[in-house]
Amino acid sequence: MTYLLKIGSFVGLGLTVVPAFLVFAGLLTWDTHAALMGVGAVLWFVTAPFWMVKEDATQSPAER
Amino acid sequence: MAEDHGTLTDRLDAIYEFDREPVTDEHLQGPGDFIGFYSGEHVAGTEFVIGPLFVAHGVSAGDLLLGLLLGNLLAVLSWAFICAPIAVRTRLNLYWKLRKIAGPQLLFIYNIVNALMFCFLAGAMISVAATAVGIPFNIAMPGLSDLYPNTVGWVVTVLVVGSAVTLLAILGFRQIARFSKVAAPWMFLVFVACGVAVLPQLNVSSLDDLWAVANQKIWTGAPFESRAHFSFWHIMFFAWFTNMAMHIGMADLTILRYAKKWQYGFFSAFGMYLGHYVAWIASGILVALAIQNSGEIAPGPIAYMGAGIAGLAAVVIAGWTTANPTIYRAGLAMQTITPNWKRWKVTLAVGAVTTVAAMFPALMMHLLDFVALYGLILMPMGAVIFVDFWLFPRLGLRQDYADWKDIAFSLPAAASWGLTLAACWAIHAVWGLEIFFLGLPGWFIATAIYIALCYAQQRGPSAGKVEQHVGDNA
Repeated sequence: MTYLLKIGSFVGLGLTVVPAFLVFAGLLTWDTHAALMGVGAVLWFVTAPFWMVKEDATQSPAER
Repeated sequence: MAEDHGTLTDRLDAIYEFDREPVTDEHLQGPGDFIGFYSGEHVAGTEFVIGPLFVAHGVSAGDLLLGLLLGNLLAVLSWAFICAPIAVRTRLNLYWKLRKIAGPQLLFIYNIVNALMFCFLAGAMISVAATAVGIPFNIAMPGLSDLYPNTVGWVVTVLVVGSAVTLLAILGFRQIARFSKVAAPWMFLVFVACGVAVLPQLNVSSLDDLWAVANQKIWTGAPFESRAHFSFWHIMFFAWFTNMAMHIGMADLTILRYAKKWQYGFFSAFGMYLGHYVAWIASGILVALAIQNSGEIAPGPIAYMGAGIAGLAAVVIAGWTTANPTIYRAGLAMQTITPNWKRWKVTLAVGAVTTVAAMFPALMMHLLDFVALYGLILMPMGAVIFVDFWLFPRLGLRQDYADWKDIAFSLPAAASWGLTLAACWAIHAVWGLEIFFLGLPGWFIATAIYIALCYAQQRGPSAGKVEQHVGDNA
């Protein structure tokens, strides 16, 4: 399950940043890029908390 | 007086109840924790303001790239060679270390100043988030030259955002801290994506065009009206001293005391080069497009131009998640004043001050000056800690003198703080040296004053009579 969640997260990060480079290369419109970034954001935030927080058994320095 | 001192000491001790002892080996953290912390801490909502302000101050492209490269390097070296070695040797947080050197009464004053600075900083972050929240409601955003709240819509938006951030901080600081850790990698990529996606609109179709457009349209070297021109030196010193309170000012003793090795201070490079290099450049590109399109120059609108709804979400999340720990830290410092208050009451009070501060666009639009002032005000105490730790053994002076003599208020430390700030003001007033450069001479001034006064205190003819001694009050 964690494996699938991680794949979902990294796809989310990919959708966040890769379309911008495709816009720069002239292969994608800005509107599509903006829509894909929205999808990427949703994908990241519905998957990453489960495995990132789970792996963080101890407090990070930020929480002190 | 003796009673006051006792009460004050008790207050401080109660707040830092679990932080009095050095960190033990089993609680030390690995490199990943520090990479994550520094990356998250320095990719914040305020990066959407700082990058555009560099453009407004008319820096040239070459000066920006080189100034940030070197300034951030100096910041990393300051963390690694000034803050981290003391942190891993003492394993104490800033407050407990300062208490030993300066005494609890001076620490009390330092806490109040620190809390106010944190409130204003969190206020700037809430302002940033508000610029994104207001867009769907078509609320006019403050412009670069606005200092005061100028529309009812802006005041209401800040009030709503500030209340929400405060409420969430009251309900669960730790949950939000975890959420901010999750948000950090995504936010960084949003900055990158925003900057890259708008390049074609600036007529950059290949990497060859980039340098020419960067000089002609983005970092043109021509400042906006009423903005001072920034040179390479401004950028370098600003990048170095943006977090002066954290490295030279020693606030990150609290973080780096958990490091296994002092070399972990170098992990601050992740925060500097991702947040204070890439993100500042990306937000500068966005503002150039806003100028070209005659659009609004505020974090929300420029992020929307780069990434649409995801950009707005990034501004809100970045402002919220970075305001959250700042409000928490301010609350911690404020608890020395209100020891009997519950944590939620303190957070509420801090949130109220922060929200009122956020209503003033001056805080956001003059963030560069505020950040420089914030670091400068807290820096002298960092110099005091540096001198006490490294130089006193070599000079034959006793370290942690206030703790050893049970002194409530160290006059040498207080005078070093006050006189250094006075000297910096004088340098500014007489020679016109801008605030961004004052940290460097200020650090040497603080160091010299503290050594001289401590020498007089510990070795001079009136040794033992200079300070306000607890025993005298009893």
